[in-house]
Order: sequence, then C-alpha cells, then structure tokens
Amino acid sequence: MEKVYLDNASTTPLLPEVREAMLPFLGDLFGNPSSLHDWGDGAREGIDTAREQVARLIGGNTEEIIFTGSGTESNNFAIKGLAMARQSAGKHIVISAIEHFSVMNSARTMEKMGFEVTQVPVDKYGMVDVAELEKAIRKDTILVSVMHANGEVGTIEPLQEISKITKEKGVAFHTDAVATAGTIPVDVKALGVDALSLAGNQFYGPKGVGALWVRKGVRIMPLLDGGIQEGGRRGGTENVPAIVGLGKAAEVAAVDMTNRIARLTPLRDRLVKELPAKVGHVVVTGHPLNRLPGHASFCVEFIEGESMLMLLNMKGIAVSSGSACTSKALKASHVLIAMGISHELAQGSLLLTLGKDNTQKDIDYVLDAMPPIVETLRQMSPLYSKFLKENKGGK
Amino acid sequence: MPIYSDTVMDHFMHPRNVGEIEDPDGVGEVGNPVCGDMMTFYIKVKDNRLADVKYKTFGCGAAIAVSSMVSELAIGKTLDEAMQINAATVAKELQGLPKQKMHCSNLGDEALHKAIQNYLDKKSGKPATTQSPIEGHEHDAEEHCNCPYCDEEIADESLPYCQACKTELTSCPECGKPMAKDGKTCQNCGTKIKG
Repeated sequence: MEKVYLDNASTTPLLPEVREAMLPFLGDLFGNPSSLHDWGDGAREGIDTAREQVARLIGGNTEEIIFTGSGTESNNFAIKGLAMARQSAGKHIVISAIEHFSVMNSARTMEKMGFEVTQVPVDKYGMVDVAELEKAIRKDTILVSVMHANGEVGTIEPLQEISKITKEKGVAFHTDAVATAGTIPVDVKALGVDALSLAGNQFYGPKGVGALWVRKGVRIMPLLDGGIQEGGRRGGTENVPAIVGLGKAAEVAAVDMTNRIARLTPLRDRLVKELPAKVGHVVVTGHPLNRLPGHASFCVEFIEGESMLMLLNMKGIAVSSGSACTSKALKASHVLIAMGISHELAQGSLLLTLGKDNTQKDIDYVLDAMPPIVETLRQMSPLYSKFLKENKGGK
Repeated sequence: MPIYSDTVMDHFMHPRNVGEIEDPDGVGEVGNPVCGDMMTFYIKVKDNRLADVKYKTFGCGAAIAVSSMVSELAIGKTLDEAMQINAATVAKELQGLPKQKMHCSNLGDEALHKAIQNYLDKKSGKPATTQSPIEGHEHDAEEHCNCPYCDEEIADESLPYCQACKTELTSCPECGKPMAKDGKTCQNCGTKIKG
C-alpha cells in the first residue's frame, strides 16, 4: 500500500545524517560533559558544536542558547522564568489567544501564582491583532509572548510589528518559534525578540530536545535548579546525543532551507487550491498568503475530523485534526475557536503538513483518496442530510 | 497500540444499517455537534418488535461504531428488551471503548430509547417531544466523571478544580456536567454561558 506521511507538524522523521552524527554519542563518546577527563571532553565538544550550529541557525550567540528537553520545556522556561525574574517590575503577562498549550498553561500557572494574564484576540486568519496587543500592554506588563507561526493553521505572525511596540514600552518579548525555526528563516535580531523557543523534532532532528535562546542581558530564573550545566540556567546532565542531533539538524536546515521552501510551497498550494475544489464544502483555515510553506489546513463541513483521519490512515495517509474527538481533552481546537470558526465547523478540522520528501505523486494520491472518504462520512451524517433537505439537494 | 478494539474498527469501517427510514414509527436524536457527536435513530415497529433500525451519525470512530452496534443489538428485539440496552452493554459488545469516549460517544442507547419513546408517545396520542437539539446525558451512579479538559477521572467531585490538570471546575447549569469555571461553552452540551 501507498504510504504518505502528511503530519510533519506533529513530528518530522530523523535525517540519516543526523542519526549518523548522534551515533558516536550513543557509543564511545558516552562521557558526562561536566567531567574534566578525555571522556568528558569528547561529550563537551559535541555540545559546543551543537550550540554553534543552533546559534547560527537563528542568528544568535552561543552563550545565549540553553538546551532543553523539548519545545514545551523551552516555552515553560520562557514564560515562568522571565516572569519570575521580572516580577519586581510588575505582574502582567500578555499572550495571544492561539498560543500552544505549553505557553497558555504556563501563563495559567503564573495566574495562579498572582500574575495577571491578558489574551490578545486574532482575526479570522489567525493573525494577532497588533493594535489590541498594544492596548493590552500596561505599566505593569513585564512579558509579551506571541508565537512566530501557528502549527495548526500555519499563519505567520507579524513579530516585527510587535517587537517595535515591546521595545518602545520596555517589555520582554518571547516567541514560540517551534513551528518556524529550521523551517523558514528565523533571525532573532531581525525579529527583535528577547527570547525564542525551538524544538529539534520539527526540522528532522530528534525528539526530546529543544532550545531556548535568551538575549544576552535578559535575566531568567531557572526551572531546573542543579549544577552549573547550561551556565547554571538548566541543571541536569545534558542529553548529549539528542543535543548533537539537534545541532546537526540545524546545520542541515540552514543549508537546505531555501530548497525545501521552493519544493514545498507549490505542493502546499496545490492542496490548498485543489482539495476544496475536489471535495466541496471545505473551508481553508489560516492565512492565505502568510503561511508556513508545507502547511495546508482545512475544515470539512458536515463531518468530524477523527473519522476522516482514521479512514485516511486506512489508505496509508497520516494527517492530524483539531476536532474535539481527536483531542484527549475532547475539546475543539482553541485556535479555530479564537479565529471565529464555529464549534460545528471546527469538528471537521483537517491538517495536512508536508515534509521535505513529499512529492507531486503524494498530492495526487491524497486528492484521489479524499473525495470518497468524505462522501462516505457525509452519507452517514445527520448534518449533511439536514443540509441537503434545506437546500433541496442543491450545492 | 491502536486506541480502538478490532470490533470497534470493524463497525467503524463497515457500519451496519446506516441510513434513514422513510415514514419511521419513531425518531430519536441525541448529542450536539459542539461536543463532536450527534446521532439520529429511526425505528420501524411491528408486533411490538423493532422490525428495522437505522441511523445517521456525525462523530468520531467510536460514535459510528456505537451507532452500528446499537442498531445490530436492537433489530428484532421487543420494545421492552430494546429499552434494556445500555451504554455498558454496547461498550462490552464492542470489546471496550477508550475511557474518554465513554461519556461523549456512547450515546446510541439513548438515541434508540428516545426513538422508542417517540413511538410510544405518538401511539398514545401525546405530542412528540423527543427531538431536542441539546441533550445532556445521564450520570450513571457507578460511573465516575472525567475532567472535560484532561480526561483524568475526577476523584473528588466536591473539589472546585480537577486534581490532575488544576482546571477550576464548576457545573454546567444545563446538563450538570463539570466544565471550566471561566469556560464560555459547556464541553458536554454546548450551552453558552453568559457573562
């Protein structure tokens, strides 16, 4: 059977050259980077190289990179660590309404600890309302966090406009760049941010490793107290093989990025254009132009995402959905709801995220597989029969 | 491991008795697209037995499999027997359902019972009232309640928050199910909370 993986927003496969780079650190180079002997030196060199590779990918300095255990940890670290370090100046945090749960729930935790949080709304494309954001900033605002791009609808946020405001007002600005770092150009100086999160498994690196970049001079309180690893900002013996893998993936991404984008964009555009035309009653979610290169997201009317996902899986196609049924919490995607999409339509959420190995043939296969699957489920759907009756079988 | 049993997958892939009955003797509708699941059951009654059962379902794999199983269990049964079919029987016949799906998707028995009630009401000349767009499901005494946000079982319902995810909870004024204190829409029944 044909196998088409279109769930790269969940995780990407590991590049062979990344695996190769990691292997020695699962073998002879097993030392603890904090040790002073040869064994320690070998492991430390691996981490030093990775730090340079990651710093180069985002235009930062090596001493500004803190390795973490995931994008989620980076986001927790940024929100909690920056807020704690700045609390004498104020206790107000501003985030967008479409942040990842790791930002949203970290902010919620800070709320329980006496901080105040304001969520800034987005427009129908998932674009943060910059004017509202500016209005939300108060005298006691100490931190703004807006993601670089949303992994669910692909919309790229206007960070440069936001950083103009945060600089003017002297507020720290963090961005969750998990969906963009290694995928599209990310330059911390051009973006004007003070802290930035990224994760290895979003650009062909290993899982269980991420990084937080914190601009020199910006204070952050550690989440993990321990030894002096990562400059004392993140205790615990480093996950050396994963960090080395992250570094290698960053190096390859920096070189391959332009090619990858050039290959993915037309494939994405085909999906965004042809899928709604072939299936009918399909809404494209996210921004039509300012979106991630491999990212196509939709809401299919009258049917539910999980059942679509399962039937596509039977055809060897892997996708995601933001429907209530697919989430363990049985809650429709807060991103789609924040964009003003009805709960009913949000149930039909379908997310196709391309990777560097997808081909035109894959797109053909998906475009052929989708219509009969949607038709089967619609034939079963009481919402569809209601719609047909109300429209007397019309389009 | 896949989240669904082989029997669930079989009924999901090959749902039995899908469709509508023209001129049905009873119709029952439960659920709400806000929760993600909605089922409409149609029945035909002959000599106090269910001569035919059909349904239309909007929802996840579990919801479709549940509808299919309920229709299979119900056809040929007397009305009294069919009223005995409950969510636990359906789940057992399906070789189990993931626990987060028990509340939201296992609604087929209710839809069937409503269709039967609709038939009985019509027969006794009562106005048919069994189609309501918003419907909460009953809370079984032996069944525990799960947090609508993290799906962990709510061990102590007297606490104002979920012990697992710390979401502050209150009861939905419509269906009585737990929902976030600052929530604007009940995850269970879709009721919009004002203010």
